[in-house]
Amino acid sequence: MKCTACQEVDSGGTLGSGLSRRDFMKVCTAAAVYLGLDASFGAQIAEAAAAKRLPVVWISGQECTGCTETLLRATHPTLEHLILDLISLDYHETLLSGAGKQAEEALEAAMKAGGYVMVAEGAFPTKDGGVYCKVGGKPIVDILAEAGKHAAACIAIGSCSSWGGMPSASPNPTEARGAGEVLKMKGVNIPVMNIPGCPPNPYNFLSAVLYFVTFGKLPDLDDKGRPKFAYSRLIHENCERRPHFDAGRFAEKFGDDGHNQGYCLYKLGCKGPETYNNCSTLTFGDVGAGSWPVGMGAPCFGCSEQGVGFTVPLHSPARLVNVTPPAFFSPIDGAKGGGVTAGAAAVAAAVVGAAVGAGLATSKKVGEVEEGKGK
Amino acid sequence: MSHEHKPVGGPLFTRMFAIALVFAGIGVWVLARRFMYGLGAVSHMSDGYPWGIWITYDVLVGTAIGCGGYAMALLVYIFNKGEYHPLVRSAVMTSLFGYGLAGFSIFVDIGRYWNMLNVLNPAYWNLNSVLLEVALCIAAYIGVLFLEFFPTFLEAKGGPGAAKGFNKIMFILVAVGVLLPTMHQSSLGTLMVISGQKLSPLWQSGLLPFFNVTTAILMGYGIVIFESYLSANAFGRPYETRILAKLAGVMPALLGLYLVVRWADLLMRGALGSAFSGVPALMFWVENILLVAALAMLAPAAKRASGKNLCTSAFVLLLGCSVLKFNMYIVGFNPGHGWTYFPSVPEIMVTLAIVAIEILAYLIFVKKLPVLPAPEHA
Amino acid sequence: MERREFLKLTAASGLLIAADALPAQASGAKELPPDAVGLLYDATLCIGCKACMVSCKQVNSQKGGALWSEGMTAPPYEFAGGAQIWDAPTDLSGKSVNIIQLYRSGSGTAKDDPSGYSFVKRQCMHCVHPACVSACPVSAMKKDPRTGIVTYDKDACIGCRYCQVACPWNIPRFEWDQAFPQIRKCQLCRHREEGKYSACAEACPVGATIYGKTADLRTEAARRLALPAGSSTRYPLGRVDSGRFVESKVARYEQHAYGLHEVGGAQCFVLAGVPFDKLGLPQLPEGAFAAKSETIQHTLYKGMIAPGILLAGLLFAAYRSSQDHE
Repeated sequence: MKCTACQEVDSGGTLGSGLSRRDFMKVCTAAAVYLGLDASFGAQIAEAAAAKRLPVVWISGQECTGCTETLLRATHPTLEHLILDLISLDYHETLLSGAGKQAEEALEAAMKAGGYVMVAEGAFPTKDGGVYCKVGGKPIVDILAEAGKHAAACIAIGSCSSWGGMPSASPNPTEARGAGEVLKMKGVNIPVMNIPGCPPNPYNFLSAVLYFVTFGKLPDLDDKGRPKFAYSRLIHENCERRPHFDAGRFAEKFGDDGHNQGYCLYKLGCKGPETYNNCSTLTFGDVGAGSWPVGMGAPCFGCSEQGVGFTVPLHSPARLVNVTPPAFFSPIDGAKGGGVTAGAAAVAAAVVGAAVGAGLATSKKVGEVEEGKGK
Repeated sequence: MSHEHKPVGGPLFTRMFAIALVFAGIGVWVLARRFMYGLGAVSHMSDGYPWGIWITYDVLVGTAIGCGGYAMALLVYIFNKGEYHPLVRSAVMTSLFGYGLAGFSIFVDIGRYWNMLNVLNPAYWNLNSVLLEVALCIAAYIGVLFLEFFPTFLEAKGGPGAAKGFNKIMFILVAVGVLLPTMHQSSLGTLMVISGQKLSPLWQSGLLPFFNVTTAILMGYGIVIFESYLSANAFGRPYETRILAKLAGVMPALLGLYLVVRWADLLMRGALGSAFSGVPALMFWVENILLVAALAMLAPAAKRASGKNLCTSAFVLLLGCSVLKFNMYIVGFNPGHGWTYFPSVPEIMVTLAIVAIEILAYLIFVKKLPVLPAPEHA
Repeated sequence: MERREFLKLTAASGLLIAADALPAQASGAKELPPDAVGLLYDATLCIGCKACMVSCKQVNSQKGGALWSEGMTAPPYEFAGGAQIWDAPTDLSGKSVNIIQLYRSGSGTAKDDPSGYSFVKRQCMHCVHPACVSACPVSAMKKDPRTGIVTYDKDACIGCRYCQVACPWNIPRFEWDQAFPQIRKCQLCRHREEGKYSACAEACPVGATIYGKTADLRTEAARRLALPAGSSTRYPLGRVDSGRFVESKVARYEQHAYGLHEVGGAQCFVLAGVPFDKLGLPQLPEGAFAAKSETIQHTLYKGMIAPGILLAGLLFAAYRSSQDHE
């Protein structure tokens, strides 16, 4: 059964979801800004988005579906605007109206058509031939590999598909791995972009998709395949509680005075200092400042960071990956004390000069008197 | 003996007096601010340089200048050179002023001056402290100097002969008045030993006490000579060159001994490596060149016969020894970590005020009391 | 015997006594007191959060603390610039007796690397043979005979600042801006109630500063220095014997516990991954300078024997000369 969402956009005025052209432009301009591009790119994004709907195949592994649900929290674009107007969501287990054999046929049809972007959600178990997660009798790792073969690129949404996430927590009984790793194992060489987080901020995903739609390529990625526009800074570098860290003000216990006053949560185990993400600047839910874990008084646990989230204990102190000490750290060797001023130097010189002068003048007079003999 | 001294007389409010009064006034105003707002408000002393020119000049150099009495007592009463006797009284007076004002400088320099009397309380004494010994000796010595000078007051009131009874016990005061400065002037040198490597190797040495006491004695003779000529010029009195030349005869040996020991110490410690870069190195050479020059001017007997030369050499000696003491306490002292020190203008003004007060006191005493030798005894 | 001969003898014997008695070694090395306590600071663990500075200032502003003054209404904050937002001391001072400083080589970004950056904590080292205690004329600086803590008593202090001249680390700080100034320095929070210990160690979230018996701290320092870099170990939090630990990777240490031998040794130590002189901790000899100063004083004045002999000689000479003048 063909997905009813796959239709051309009405390019005249309002778009399918009731969004006016003006609002759509605002969305695209905002997206441009999130991507770290100049606002003028908004027009380009709008054009690209409105022109053709990108086909997307969404493969779900060991997931909690939180990453799909996080897209429900987006308002610009909304999830329905995304799937009805911007992309052609050809296969998604949760959002598909059909089920069972009809759903699998939709997937096969999409794979045959090709040219789609594969989004992977959840981790992929590799132990024992992948039997620990099967859909329609097939191991999901095989489905992923097959879908990946015909895909233009893979976007791994969430920590689970980026690097294994929660299912990969020790002892990792199913040998859960990220989508990129599994694709490599299966010899599928397509570009992979990771959008880690548990769940990630929906706008990280949406901006990356819009970028791909506009420019036909993935944005700049770091060495872990994460888009730099969202994951190049530590939480610690942009946290609103950073001044408290710098001033040594910490919450010692949940609910104590420091906690109530919004002090730094480092001592409660906040992993901000070793986690790369933009939660502190973007926040969640579009409800204003402070709407992110730390802002709520819950220490960051490094959900998006491999080796930190689901790995290091929640309340153990974080390792500082790098430190940019604020300017007012006391330097070891600073210029200190009362040094020479122009006035003091002048006075001192005058005094010494006068003393030496007086001494020599005395001697001179003595000499004169001695010569003249009696004065 | 008591016929030998007479007040100089003459008007008190001369131009010199007025100028000194102005400087003294400025100093008093700065000190008022010091007491109201703290030491940091008027001086450049800091945690890196806790001692500045008030300690270095007013106390260290000031007491060395005040060693005239000490130096003369050594000669006249210990080595029994009675011919120098006419010089003693003014030397003792200068010493009294020098030490008295040093005591005053200490009072304004220390932060918790209201606890000053703790120093005299054995319950607080730390017998390991060099500074305790310095403080007690100086306090005692001021008392001794005052008593040594007391005959002058007695004679001013009751005429010559009024001090005859007092003079009978003078020998005790003299003996103590030679012991005490020997102790505290050497300890003023020992004071810097504890600063360890904060004091440049050009000065840091176990022989610091020896260096400080010998230069203090030398400054004592130096000031006696220089002050004699200065005073004679000021009051139009005849020079005392004959007696001063003989006095100067004892100096070359002591100065020579000092220089030999100083340089032997430098060479044995291998300290000369520091003598060739930086401001301390420059001041090191200034110090030694001045002292060697003074020696060159004092050593030949023929040179000592010239009043002009005597005056100049005494002045150069005073300068050289003063530079040494500044080097020991400030110039050579480097606590590291970017600390710097140079006195502030108000700080310098206080030091000048102390000098001005000394001049004022000198003028008053010399004109009103029988301090200077009567002209026929010169 | 002629008077001249007598005088020569007196002088000579005085000198001989002085010269002979000056031993080559400094006067007796001091022992560590029985319950000596101190701090161990590990720069490789320090994250520069300055919780120790905040805690120190807060706790020491309580009655009897090192920063306390009669009638104070708030801890003595030092504000940088106009907006009085937070405490930003630039060095130890009359208002800060504990400070975290930063060493940075250029724009270095590698922690505990000589070409990168490192933190260092400065506070009183509570020396075994403290120069300040030796220097103070009125015993305002005293070393507790049991705990070894170097304490300050403002009621004895005359504000002469000789302790500042004497300290090789320039630790004692003076209140230059006060009309009634004191000396201020760390006193290991001795004013806190029984069972509580140094606030800096208590506050440190990562165990960079720990408190404990000096003997135990020495052992812990040696243990750390012996561990291979990159291995994992448990670092105590708060006190060396607290039983609370944080697991962390061992950094590459400079193979020396600073404070162990410097100027007679101290009760507080520093470990770092960067040469100590870069952290403002100078290379110092093993002998205490105070010992040298005391040796000179005691040699010259022990039992006042030498001055006594000198005085006897002087009295004799002065008496004789005064008779001559009669």
